[in-house]
Amino acid sequence: MNANQAAESLLASNQQKELEDLPKDYPLSTSEDEGDKDEERKHQKLLESISSLNGKDRQKLADRSEASLKVSEFSVSSEGSGEKLVLSDLLEPVKTSSSLAAVKKQLNRVKSKKTVELPLHREEIERAGTPLEQEIFNLLHKNKQPVTDPLLTPVEKASLKAMSLEEVKMRRAELQRARALQSYYEARARREKRIKSKKYHRILKKGKAKQALKDFEKLQKVNPAAALEELEKLDKARMMERMSLKHQNSGKWAKSKAIMAKYDLEARQAMQEQLARNKELTQKVAASESEEEGEGQEEEEEPLVPDLVNEVQIKANGLNPWMFRNHFIDAKEAEVQKDLEDPAEPEAQETSESEEEKAVVEEETLLKEFEERRSLRQKSELNHMAEPVHRRVTKDPSSQEVLSDLRALCQKLSTENHQSGKQELSSARTAQREEPAREEEEPMLLQRPERARTLDELEELGREGCVENEELPRTAVEGLQLEKNLSNHIGAPKEKKRKEQMIDLQNLLTTKSPSVKSLAVPTTVQELEDEEERDQRQIIKEAFAGDDVIRDFLKEKREAVEASKPKDLDLTLPGWGEWGGIGLKPSAKKRRRFLIKAPEGPPRKDKNLPNVIINEKRNTHAAAHQVQVLPHPFTHHQQFERTIQTPGSTWNTQRAFQKLTMPKVVTKPGHIIKPIKAEDVGYRSSSRSDLSVIQRNPKRLSIRHKKHLENNCVD
Amino acid sequence: METVPEPGSNVPPKKDRLQTKKKKPRRYWEQETTGTAAGASPGPPRKRKRNRELRPQKPKKNDTSKKFRMSKKPRELKSPRPQRSLSGAQDPFAGPAPVSVEVVQKYCRIDKSKELPHPKTKTRSRLVVAEAQEEETSVRAARSELLLTEEPGFLEGEDGEDTAKIRQADIVEAVDIASAAKHFDLNLRQFGPYRLNYSRTGRHLAFGGRRGHVAALDWVTKKLTCEINVMEAVRDIRFLHSEALLAVAQNRWLHIYDNQGIELHCVRRCDRVTRLEFLPFHFLLATASETGFLTYLDVSVGKIVAALNARAGRLSVMTQNPYNAVIHLGHSNGTVSLWSPAMKEPLVKILCHRGGVRAVAVDSTGMHMATSGLDHQLKVFDLRGTFQPLSARTLPQGAGHLAFSQRGLLAAGMGDVVNIWAGQGKASPPSLEQPYLTHRLSGHVHGLQFCPYEDVLGVGHSGGITSMLVPGAAEPNFDGLESNPYRSRKQRQEWEVKALLEKVPAELICLDPRALAEVDVISLEQAKKERAERLVRSGAPRAWVPLPTTSHPHCILRSTAPCLRGCCSFHLPPLPQGYDPDARTPFQPKPKQKGRSSTASLVKRKRKVMDQEHRVSGHRGRAGHPKGNALLLAPLASSTCHFSPVSPYPGQNPPEPGAAAAEAREGQAHGGPAVGPGQIRALSQAPGPRRNILSPRPPVGNYPSLE
Repeated sequence: MNANQAAESLLASNQQKELEDLPKDYPLSTSEDEGDKDEERKHQKLLESISSLNGKDRQKLADRSEASLKVSEFSVSSEGSGEKLVLSDLLEPVKTSSSLAAVKKQLNRVKSKKTVELPLHREEIERAGTPLEQEIFNLLHKNKQPVTDPLLTPVEKASLKAMSLEEVKMRRAELQRARALQSYYEARARREKRIKSKKYHRILKKGKAKQALKDFEKLQKVNPAAALEELEKLDKARMMERMSLKHQNSGKWAKSKAIMAKYDLEARQAMQEQLARNKELTQKVAASESEEEGEGQEEEEEPLVPDLVNEVQIKANGLNPWMFRNHFIDAKEAEVQKDLEDPAEPEAQETSESEEEKAVVEEETLLKEFEERRSLRQKSELNHMAEPVHRRVTKDPSSQEVLSDLRALCQKLSTENHQSGKQELSSARTAQREEPAREEEEPMLLQRPERARTLDELEELGREGCVENEELPRTAVEGLQLEKNLSNHIGAPKEKKRKEQMIDLQNLLTTKSPSVKSLAVPTTVQELEDEEERDQRQIIKEAFAGDDVIRDFLKEKREAVEASKPKDLDLTLPGWGEWGGIGLKPSAKKRRRFLIKAPEGPPRKDKNLPNVIINEKRNTHAAAHQVQVLPHPFTHHQQFERTIQTPGSTWNTQRAFQKLTMPKVVTKPGHIIKPIKAEDVGYRSSSRSDLSVIQRNPKRLSIRHKKHLENNCVD
Repeated sequence: METVPEPGSNVPPKKDRLQTKKKKPRRYWEQETTGTAAGASPGPPRKRKRNRELRPQKPKKNDTSKKFRMSKKPRELKSPRPQRSLSGAQDPFAGPAPVSVEVVQKYCRIDKSKELPHPKTKTRSRLVVAEAQEEETSVRAARSELLLTEEPGFLEGEDGEDTAKIRQADIVEAVDIASAAKHFDLNLRQFGPYRLNYSRTGRHLAFGGRRGHVAALDWVTKKLTCEINVMEAVRDIRFLHSEALLAVAQNRWLHIYDNQGIELHCVRRCDRVTRLEFLPFHFLLATASETGFLTYLDVSVGKIVAALNARAGRLSVMTQNPYNAVIHLGHSNGTVSLWSPAMKEPLVKILCHRGGVRAVAVDSTGMHMATSGLDHQLKVFDLRGTFQPLSARTLPQGAGHLAFSQRGLLAAGMGDVVNIWAGQGKASPPSLEQPYLTHRLSGHVHGLQFCPYEDVLGVGHSGGITSMLVPGAAEPNFDGLESNPYRSRKQRQEWEVKALLEKVPAELICLDPRALAEVDVISLEQAKKERAERLVRSGAPRAWVPLPTTSHPHCILRSTAPCLRGCCSFHLPPLPQGYDPDARTPFQPKPKQKGRSSTASLVKRKRKVMDQEHRVSGHRGRAGHPKGNALLLAPLASSTCHFSPVSPYPGQNPPEPGAAAAEAREGQAHGGPAVGPGQIRALSQAPGPRRNILSPRPPVGNYPSLE
């Protein structure tokens, strides 16, 4: 209220003054200084805009339907004047009302420098009496907006003060050099990358390998354990390389496909698929590379074994927490926990850092951008670091559930995992207690479909009353539910539906099948158990291999369904009945009108079978052998089908077949067949038998026929 | 005994009298033979009998249906006129032997429970005849079961004893010496893991080691027919239609050898073959290659029928469905695809496992498919349209090889262990709860096959070949005309010619072979529609309907007149919906010959007929009407002259083809009739309660043309 009244009074006084000053104003303004013109104009506009609040122009502005005492400050707009109304203009004391300025100048000229008393003093403004004003000032201060002087922020001012011209120049030169160097290196890297010579690359590789070997030998002398690890890495890298070769474009198959691709659609698709695969693989590598950069210095210079590192990284970040544990549980756990213990610290550091950075001079904005980007990356990395842990927390039990069918098999393993999992759970719980804020971020990270699926599965299994759910910590469950809600909330219903289908399929494939305990021969079981220990890891890999399979299959099925749907026929002719020309688009109405909707086909046979794709195409080859015309007395194909159910000698006994195929007339070879006589069929007529009146039953002869016969006889 | 109807049946006695009274038509040869010397004909009693048999009889429905009555009323089956023997004694078991209803039901192929659209009188008589014939043939088939003398073997543990604990040595001790000789081990450690194959008669065994050792032998007598080393890796080996030809998938190409070990062909169009499969009734050799192609080679003409790209990488898992000759391929992405040479795409794709598929097997009835995958699961799928898993089991190592026996036992090779599961009966899925038998081998399993017609499982492994005894695995009765284990060379040659004559075209391979005995509804409908269209266009039974000009924007004419240029069909008014040239014309009473024929009475008659029809159709439409209604219906149906067939599909449109097919399948799945027997053909024991496909022969063929 207070503030409003103050503002109103201020406005009122302004207007009054203006009204008074207006007649004088015009002549005076002509004799104005050139320098003040701009400011003058601005002020003029402000005044205009304020004055337009009441008056004729009011209609243009925000309307108020009824008069009220409350005049919102938001309705003050600069409409009509064309220029924006800045808040600082409003807050400024009305020192520079044009008339006063003229007077002031005159006075200045006449008198020594003495300021005129203004309606509101600077200090008064600064003091910020009312709560509204306080709020405004708070806002302004927070954003470091100039309250009084509109030109420079304090930071800018400070920077201006901080640096001299030479310094600025030096700094600039430095930056330029850095930029030039960077671009130079980039260009060089690009150039090198573009070198097609295999020989060059081979030599390069060899050189690197040699270097690596040397390093390795050195390491062997210094630290044999690390060397052994390195050796293992090398071996794996080689394997990975071999495996990844499959998806490049240089294979024999790929080359042949590339040739075929011009003519063959399928080949083209295959090639594209492979390219996409390749891209996908390389992309993942790149992503982890960036991570790797930020992660630590020790991994930065390993040009020979990037694949290995990347691969492991992918696994660590990716779907499979089990594998992650197997690889990294020893090495990374401590690190992770450390991260969990002081998760807020790096952020705080970063913020302080960034503040410091921001405090630097304005030329550094460019650098700052870089910096910010980097810090962002760091943040994301941090999240990444947090993610696997969290994932482990949530996914651990569920994955155990998924593996329930394998439980009996890898009991030992699961117990091990369970223990470690428990440890992690506890650690994670502490982490959650420490930092609830992180929870807010994480749903975003955890909204992938496969995750939700596992959650759903978890729920379902829980309903079934499966074991090990009690062990799930409450916090984790809550977290799960929260996430689930969030994901449900965000996910569109369509997606949800799809998910359901996937779940269905997943359930189908992971149906609980009985364990192997009842296998009869104990020796075999023992041996098998030994083997089982040997390749636990393989088992787990196999258990988790399915995700991609299901997704691919669903995709394939969707495509098949799309392909088999009847297509709509669009008969729209653009330009018919309307103006022609380039870029013509028929209206939606027209399109709707001439779109002949294809009739909905019969439902697919595999509609309710998520794990099956049934080809709906008609086998035309087989159809050529089918009966296509109904023989005479039959009116429906089912009737006819019933009469042809006893085919051939293959499906009937010999006697039955003979009987079925017995001819109507049996003749003997070597006998003369005389033409049929009327007597033969029961008529005692003359030599001229009437065949047209043959009847089986002479009693049934009609009178007419008898007459006819008699006539014949008479003849 | 055949012709004389029983008194008291529903045959009107008057007619009966007439028939007996009627003079038997004389045959032309009868006349002559009686005229000439009797020596030309064989003995008079035989002749008479023959005449009687061959006499062309027009089918009398009442007669035929009565002749073959089942054992429900065994009294009736006996001949009403007891035959007198020479001694004058009466045959205590006169007449044909009784047959059990269940067995006859097994061979019934017409599903009488299915309601047909109401037929016209003429059609109905045809249907009745067909049904009678079918019943007769099924009775005959049931009767011929008498010839199946052998019974399947079995293994039963004592109280609480697990049959899986019975070792091969125990079995060998217990059985007779001939059977004991069927258990043997070939110790061939030198040439690596072996693949093996039995010939269709089950008499011959061929095996090929990975290091090039190829041999064929008569495994019963242990007589070696040939033994060679092909000096190349052998991936798979398979007998062609007879034991005289042998296909070997070698490292590079496919080779065909004869039983002397002489190379006859080198098929270079089939390269890098990993698995072979021979379809005996189509004479097709299906090869799956590393390059991802499934190739069908017609071995009777040496032509490649189809080369299908599976687009799923290396193919190393293949099996055939013996029921419908469809090839099943297992892929590394956990799917199993079903292929026919007539289609470029797989007929069905089933996602079976989360890991890759390691082995697939289909049982002889074509109902069940067993798969094992990298996820260590063993699953049994239902192949009757739903393709859903019936049972699943996790195995410690996962099964690398699977095989079904003729009677539905499932063998799985896991490492060096072979497990065998048995079902409840024939055609029932193997229950994976408890293994039926277990056996450990000296090496890892590389090939598995049950021997046809012998209770023997052949296992090829890295240590050689093992022939295991599995009681109750095989069909005990063989069909001497189809696959005779004891046939001579001459018989084999004869059979070969016959089989070649009966060769089934490759394009007839489809998922449901019974569909070939159905009318091609789509073509039928199309033809019908075209005919209607033709009639409408030419006869112009309707007037041109002026259409609004805007409805045919593409034609230049833009008028209501018909488009003479034929550029667009928009000018032609659409055919009246549901116009059917075959439709019955409405009842039109004839004008009276005598007396006055007033319009009122005409209308009255029309109305009467219409009401009657309405009532009849109404009754028919009601499901399960009480019997009183049926009685009431009977006079109506017989008396009216204009009693008409009423379609069950009032909208003139018969059901969609897909629906019809589904219906048909449904019928088949639920105890519907299936393939009957050959003469003695491989049919032996009671089938499963649902479906009874006994013949190992897939019921494909162009039998519609036989009719």
